[in-house]
Amino acid sequence: MAVVSTIIKRLLLGLLTLFVVSLIIFGSIQFLPGDFAEAVLGQAATTETVAAFRKELGLDQPSYIRYFDWIGSVMTGDFGTSFSGRAASGVDRSRSVAELIAPRLANTLFLAGMTAVVAVPLALILGITAALWRNSYYDRIVNASTLTTISFPEFFVAYILVLLLGTLWAVFPSLADVQQGMSFGERVYKTALPSLTLTLVIVAHLMRMTRAAIINLLASPYIEMAQLKGESPMRVILFHALPNAWAPIATVTAFNLAYLVVGVVVVEVVFVYPGIGQLMVDAVSSRDIPVVQACALIFAATYILLNLIADVIGIATNPRLLHPK
Amino acid sequence: MSNSGGDRLLEMRNIRIEGFADEKWNPIIRGVDLSLDRGEVLGLIGESGAGKSTLGKASMGYTQPGCRISGGTIVFDGIDLRELSSSRLQRIWGSRIAYVAQSAAASFNPAHKLIDQTVAAAVREGISSDSTARDDARKLYASLQLPEPGSIGERYPHQVSGGQLQRVMTAMALSPRPDLIIFDEPTTALDVTTQVEVLGAIRDIVENFNTAAIYITHDLAVVAQMADRIKVLRYGNEVEEADTREMLAEPKMDYTKSLWAVRTLRKEAKSSAKNVLDIENVDASYGGSAKVLHDVSIRLPLGRTVAIVGESGSGKSTAARVVTGLLPASNGRVLFNGDQLPPDIKNRSKEQLRRIQMIYQMADTAMNPRQTVGEIIGRPLEFYHGLKGKEKEAKVFELLESIELNEEFYDRLPGELSGGQKQRICISRALAAEPDVIICDEVTSALDQIVQEGILQLLMRQQRERGISYLFITHDIATVEAISDEIVVMLNGRVVEQGIKDEVLSPPHPEYTEKLLKSVPEMDPCWLDRVFQEKSIAV
Repeated sequence: MAVVSTIIKRLLLGLLTLFVVSLIIFGSIQFLPGDFAEAVLGQAATTETVAAFRKELGLDQPSYIRYFDWIGSVMTGDFGTSFSGRAASGVDRSRSVAELIAPRLANTLFLAGMTAVVAVPLALILGITAALWRNSYYDRIVNASTLTTISFPEFFVAYILVLLLGTLWAVFPSLADVQQGMSFGERVYKTALPSLTLTLVIVAHLMRMTRAAIINLLASPYIEMAQLKGESPMRVILFHALPNAWAPIATVTAFNLAYLVVGVVVVEVVFVYPGIGQLMVDAVSSRDIPVVQACALIFAATYILLNLIADVIGIATNPRLLHPK
Repeated sequence: MSNSGGDRLLEMRNIRIEGFADEKWNPIIRGVDLSLDRGEVLGLIGESGAGKSTLGKASMGYTQPGCRISGGTIVFDGIDLRELSSSRLQRIWGSRIAYVAQSAAASFNPAHKLIDQTVAAAVREGISSDSTARDDARKLYASLQLPEPGSIGERYPHQVSGGQLQRVMTAMALSPRPDLIIFDEPTTALDVTTQVEVLGAIRDIVENFNTAAIYITHDLAVVAQMADRIKVLRYGNEVEEADTREMLAEPKMDYTKSLWAVRTLRKEAKSSAKNVLDIENVDASYGGSAKVLHDVSIRLPLGRTVAIVGESGSGKSTAARVVTGLLPASNGRVLFNGDQLPPDIKNRSKEQLRRIQMIYQMADTAMNPRQTVGEIIGRPLEFYHGLKGKEKEAKVFELLESIELNEEFYDRLPGELSGGQKQRICISRALAAEPDVIICDEVTSALDQIVQEGILQLLMRQQRERGISYLFITHDIATVEAISDEIVVMLNGRVVEQGIKDEVLSPPHPEYTEKLLKSVPEMDPCWLDRVFQEKSIAV
């Protein structure tokens, strides 16, 4: 089957991309100013202590060996051990990177999932209806309001929501400090405001692209043909335009979902939400290289995976690829 | 029901249609009447922009986005279509009036199976049940002589050929058994050999089901076969209307006569002993995949015109690309005045490039829309001849004059020109290089017949005055008869024959040439009957 082989090809390409990205991540971390050993031990440390500490962390090895060590263990699922909490104070209190990241990643995925469940269907419905009643007042209102939310920086949207829904009418908590052991309902309640902020941001983008993708198709001769066969406007959109618009819509959706995972640091900071974005920022400032690398790799993998899924949807909804001559 | 005549089906009175452009409403149809009886076929002809398609769609009560019907009445079987709500109108479109579009390939939804699209309207309107409609569709496919009528409907549009799609679209129009079908240039995009089949199929169907039809086309010979009556449109006005035979025998208006006259243009074939261009045993392929040219040999005599004819996909344009060096041949060689040309354009000298020029089908896309006519024609003057400033300007004026345009065009942009004027600019750009050979790739296919004649006359005059040789690629036999000295017939990337025009066009022919020539519609209204009679005898 042509489709299966295309998908397999895409998958392999995705893996290759991931490999190249891992090289870039590793390479760019070499350019981070300063050195972890010096950063931890302070300027008072003797050269011997610094050297010993570097040896313990493996920093004395040439970079290509360190790269292969790292990527080798990543492939076995081992992301290494965090630099912080190491034996400088005598006791080794360091934790494995996986242990650090897992709960944070889970939080981020929870927030992303919760947002996506609301935002994606909402955006599709708004986009489709706006295309259906294009140039009507409904269309203009939807367009203008989404343009407004997309125009403000997300931290601004976040603070406005805190002001309105957290302070003036205290419907939701302003702090989204979720903890382990909370019930599902409690979590949803806590993350309502950050989720709403993100929803406002991505619905705008998604809705506008959905509308554009459909309207773009409405000029096709087969749409006119459908109209001349007496198809109702709703059926023209849903049955004749939409099936041909899935590929561009999937691409935009993938882009936005990826953003929900990797690009929400600002929103996490505003709501003090313990997500993976904050973890990465902290790790960068404390030069915790294994954590930074692991986060970057997870982000890259998310991007690649989501785009891969969008590609597959594009292929699976293209009859030319699905039903070759 | 309040039919005015005994079996009057459609009555359009004083129809006015406007289109919105440049911030105002501009008239497209300026008060045209149209009437049609049950079972009657009306041919609507005219050049592009005459409003025939707009009028055809208006007979359904439909206008394209950006257009509006601003006056007149449309009464279909006693129902005033302009008074109907859009949902009532949709029901009529689905059941009683059907539309067949020009490009079937673009007018089928790529995402759905053919049979689903064929039966959609009939099933939706409750005219027949889903399974009856599907059985009926398969029968229609069979009566339209589609291959594998039982299963062709299960395919997607991209899986069948253009000619087949056009027939499926006719089946789709017939599925709800409408009273009226609008055929909007249904065969214009097809090769002549396919066109004959589709024309025959459409005519049989219209006769068998006693369906009334409006047949829109710019091809007189086609309309002569299909229509009982012909209406000629120009600039949104009716020029005249008469029964087909009467119209063909003695058109009254000058404009109609001029439409008829184009087909009589004919140049006398001359031979020449010396060849300016020899294509010898050339093979070519795109990107190492299947070969598209097989052992092609074509000669172009000095100062003559060689027409390459063949259907789409026969390798005509590929042969041109090999000559220009855009597609280096994988085998064989191209000789220019007896010297071998480097196969790849990158290895050719400026002088070699100058001597072979090219003119394209779409003058629109062959010019930079941001450059003025002066810049477009001036560029080869500067590039090949090093002309600058006043000297260049003077030469551009001279060239403009030779293509029958005046100095006013110097500062215009391509967007401000008509289709024929654009093609003239492209011709003068080619002439500016002072070439020995010009390759013309379907240069008149996108133009109206009258404009076509002007362009062909211009090309012939340049040949007489400058001794240029043309390699003229076309699928239109009328053009070939008008302009060529020799004819090359191509099929599936091979040359079927090359010879002096009169020899190629008169029997005996190789089998394929015979089929090709037989398929070219003639003005005689009995032509189509004759073709099918001969076929049935042959079978």
